[in-house]
Amino acid sequence: MSSIDEKTIEKVANLARIEIDPADVSYFADQIKGVVDWIEQLSEVDTDNVKPLAVVDETSITMREDDITDGGYMEDVTKNAPESAYGFYVVPKVVE
Amino acid sequence: MTNISDLSLVELKEKMTNKELSSREITETYIQRIEQHKDLNAYVMTDFDRALDAADAADKNYAAGNAGLLEGIPLAIKDLFCTKDLRTTAGSKILDNFVPPYESTVTSNLKKDGAVFLGKTNMDEFAMGSTNRTSAYGHVISPWKANGSSEDLTPGGSSGGSSAAVAARLCVGATGTDTGGSIRQPAALTGTVGMKPTYGLCSRFGVVAFASSLDQAGPMTRTVKDTALMLESMAGHDPKDSTSAKVEIPHYAGLMTGDVKGLRVGIPKEYSIDGLPAEISALWSKGAEWLKARGAEIIEVSLPHTKYALPTYYVLNPAESSSNLARYDGVRYGHRVESDDLNEMYAKTRGEGFGNEVIRRILVGTYVLSAGYYDAYYTKAQKVRRLIVNDFDAVFKDVDVLLTPTSPSTAFPLNQDETDPVKIYLNDVFTVTVNLAGLPGISVPAGLAEDGLPLGLQLIANRFDEARLFNAALALERDAKFTAKPEGF
Repeated sequence: MSSIDEKTIEKVANLARIEIDPADVSYFADQIKGVVDWIEQLSEVDTDNVKPLAVVDETSITMREDDITDGGYMEDVTKNAPESAYGFYVVPKVVE
Repeated sequence: MTNISDLSLVELKEKMTNKELSSREITETYIQRIEQHKDLNAYVMTDFDRALDAADAADKNYAAGNAGLLEGIPLAIKDLFCTKDLRTTAGSKILDNFVPPYESTVTSNLKKDGAVFLGKTNMDEFAMGSTNRTSAYGHVISPWKANGSSEDLTPGGSSGGSSAAVAARLCVGATGTDTGGSIRQPAALTGTVGMKPTYGLCSRFGVVAFASSLDQAGPMTRTVKDTALMLESMAGHDPKDSTSAKVEIPHYAGLMTGDVKGLRVGIPKEYSIDGLPAEISALWSKGAEWLKARGAEIIEVSLPHTKYALPTYYVLNPAESSSNLARYDGVRYGHRVESDDLNEMYAKTRGEGFGNEVIRRILVGTYVLSAGYYDAYYTKAQKVRRLIVNDFDAVFKDVDVLLTPTSPSTAFPLNQDETDPVKIYLNDVFTVTVNLAGLPGISVPAGLAEDGLPLGLQLIANRFDEARLFNAALALERDAKFTAKPEGF
């Protein structure tokens, strides 16, 4: 059994930068604990000497040449930003 | 004469080629039907002006004798595909104002072949779900009703807007995406055909990323041949996706004969799960008998790690989701909640913009990837995934295709109050293995259950063996003779 409690959820939510209403923390704690307890059954499987697999066909992934083939879309790229100026994204001030 | 909306893609193409119908007439018929059945909430955005322009252009191409593969065919596009200058939400509030400045490769391919886009279909938020209840734009209602009932049912998910639209004849075909069953399960629940190709066959470029090692786009239509034609257009190598496979895409429809003599069909014994309804078991056996009567060889096989597929999936999927969805930060696109502090702006934006299922997956994903737990959960699941892939590789030495049910139940009521996420995840029990192993799978409507609702059978083939998969599916379709339609559509 996992040791997930409300404190774990607060910590993980902070890592994921998601604000959770304090009233909902116990709801998420119960559900996440349920899911994690359920996935713990994987510990039954003998995986000694098994290599982890990230993608099914490891041979097909190729690198492309590091050439500039496209670009110059500053306006398109910033078009959907909630706030932009002079072709840049604008965020709250982070340096004093 | 048959209603225009009951004609298949193949039939419509023939009629346009013979000048019996125009794309404008067909497109107008579908536009009228979409207006008439708005209550299903299958579309989140329609694009009728551009659809009619595309239809007129298609009619000119037919007149000039240079019609493309899908010329003049009205399709619906799942709202996970970026469409240039047409809002793309992924079913989420966090993207409620996102208008892509570029087009996904799959939709570009469809357009190049002459397809007409009617609009964007509703879906579970970021494709996380199998009921269509997690969309920020409201539930999709299936056109089907159970016998003697008026209760609203799920069209399945996450491609539930697409499955409802295909079943209700609000488009000829639709694109879907399938990360753990999101094309095949909704197809099964709505009596339509849905196909997930081999990982790498369709480009992921411009498809909003969910769990990148599992995501694949695929077609949803009302017949196996229509599905094959759509896939031929959607698929193909794309240098913009590093996982895109360099394979030639054949004209699948031309290779399909329905002849399955000598085909070795595996029945995985682990898929006879506890609690599988008797009528689904019976239909599964019937499917095997149909193929056997056509000369196929039925072989019982074993995929010993099947039991661990769902928990493996529900480690890897949330882990990849939490990484992919880190990009929604209120800076570059989408919803933003203002704050003077950058970290607070991120947290408020994400807390408000994401729905509960998305938050759940990000929390699980962040947890299994966090220091101290990474090896115990994430690396462990990646190892079990290899064992699952090895199971399939071994079985495909002895058989050509596998036959299984698609879903463990028929469509359930939308208001069914299920709060245990693990129970909801069990809907994916027959479909996730295919994503974990990168295989192609197709759901074919195979009959009606006692409650009058559709049931599907799934065929699975080895990687890049789509031609054989379609051929077996055609044989199944011919014997199932599924002609039922939702009443009033």
